[in-house]
Amino acid sequence: MAEREQIRRPAPRGDDEVVHEAPTSSETGAELKADIDDLLDEIDDVLETNAEEFVKNYVQKGGQ
Amino acid sequence: MAVHKVCGIETEFGILHQNPDADSNPVSASSMLINAYVNERLNGRVDWDFEDESPGVDARGVNDHDALAPVIDSHLINAVLTNGARYYVDHAHPEMSSPERFDARDAVIYDVASERILQASMEIANRLLPEGQELVVHKNNSDGKGNTYGTHENYLLDRQTPFGRIVQHITPFFITRQMYIGSGKVGSEAPGLTIEDVPFQMTQRADFFEEEVGLETTLKRPIVNTRDEPHANSRKYRRFHVIAGDATQSEVATYLKIGTASIVLAMIDDNVLPRDLVFRSPVSAMREVSYDISLSNVYEMASGGTMSALEVQWEYLDLARKYGEDRGFDAVGGDDIGQDILMRWEDVLTGLETDPMSLADRVEWIAKLRLIEAFRDRHSLEWDDPRVRGLDLQFHDLRPAKNLFSRLGMQRVVTDAEVEFAIDNPPARTRAYFRGRCLQKFKDQVVAANWDSIVFDVGTDALRRVPTLEPLRGTEAYVGNVLDQCDTAEELLDRLGA
Repeated sequence: MAEREQIRRPAPRGDDEVVHEAPTSSETGAELKADIDDLLDEIDDVLETNAEEFVKNYVQKGGQ
Repeated sequence: MAVHKVCGIETEFGILHQNPDADSNPVSASSMLINAYVNERLNGRVDWDFEDESPGVDARGVNDHDALAPVIDSHLINAVLTNGARYYVDHAHPEMSSPERFDARDAVIYDVASERILQASMEIANRLLPEGQELVVHKNNSDGKGNTYGTHENYLLDRQTPFGRIVQHITPFFITRQMYIGSGKVGSEAPGLTIEDVPFQMTQRADFFEEEVGLETTLKRPIVNTRDEPHANSRKYRRFHVIAGDATQSEVATYLKIGTASIVLAMIDDNVLPRDLVFRSPVSAMREVSYDISLSNVYEMASGGTMSALEVQWEYLDLARKYGEDRGFDAVGGDDIGQDILMRWEDVLTGLETDPMSLADRVEWIAKLRLIEAFRDRHSLEWDDPRVRGLDLQFHDLRPAKNLFSRLGMQRVVTDAEVEFAIDNPPARTRAYFRGRCLQKFKDQVVAANWDSIVFDVGTDALRRVPTLEPLRGTEAYVGNVLDQCDTAEELLDRLGA
């Protein structure tokens, strides 16, 4: 097996091509929690009103 | 010197026809969906050409009589798009085989463009359907009830590369890459496992792999598929057909999926990988890695000793870094993209090792897990609650008003402008350019097209077939000027000497 010799540098950030709108890992836990709470509020409005029925009816034919 | 890793992605989408008066018929729903798009956007279609299709040929060079060769339903709609893709009905699903790509970044652009085409198809079809009916498309790989459908990757390999070497080196890579390419799933569909055993796993597909190597794609699915149908010069090339991956909406996941595999396959072409990185039980390891969301398992290796999935991935990354230093990354599109893939690969491995939740804006299964955990917490729900299953399913729902993934603020790799362009235009750096441009410019003279040829009818003599057996010819650099200068298909054929 190849000898382990790489140095695990801290994760670099993405390059210039990337459009960063996303939260970065430097955010604190409290900020992430606030984000997800806002998201859950938003999601409650778009969730299928009858999830049970939708899940039950979601049957696919097998493919490849 | 490794063959350039020209690549492509085929995706079978989930489809549902919501109709209060009848059960959903997936074949007619898929036809309606694609017809709606083709009729409105393409103004008449060019059909796929089945000449040279041979999906039953086995790369191991043996004739496996027990294997079920894939069936092609040639009577169903099967169109070629102006971006070079094939859009058709396959196995009761709408399928998009997006055009051949030069590198992993182009692969992401066309994968996202395919989503947009499916969304446009839904929007058009639903305008045509009676009130109260709707077609719904999901970008996922399982219905949660034991039925799966595929997202396949394709990579160009050197014909001289022995298939046994590919199997040996790619299998451990496929088993362990699930940690960053999976789109996540609630529960397990493997026989005998309950929600208590597997509440959540990394991938949609791991439950369905039962063999190490084989030709099948619809049952007894193998980790390494042996279909040998190059769609190119078969003396020079193989097309390596990969069935062990998830459809991903995360651009970072798609980019890493294609980018890392391209590098590993280039290393396999060049035979630079060590021989001792082999799992003792690959089929069970495939599932165990997917089920181990705490990343704590270790696995027995064939050479003795144990390794974690992360240790295996660090090993591949080390080897890839060394490969880049020694030989460069021309085979995957150049050193810039090669180094960028390495950087993002290291980024996700570091995150998985130190704080997986820090990857919730990049790795799809972690994004889904974070969302579901917060939802369960808020509503005090068990894993098997239908609302949790519903959230899992709706994560993949491509209706913009319903899709949950798009609300998560995930990192991007490509721009909306690039995606928008790719909906109607081919990639510039592969033969898909020639196919797409011919369709844009000479649609009425193109009778049919497929991956390795285009057939013209210019009205004078017999039909004329232009072969495109070299995936890196027919590019903008090769034929852009000629295509710009020719006003008729006849002129083009004369200029090309066809």
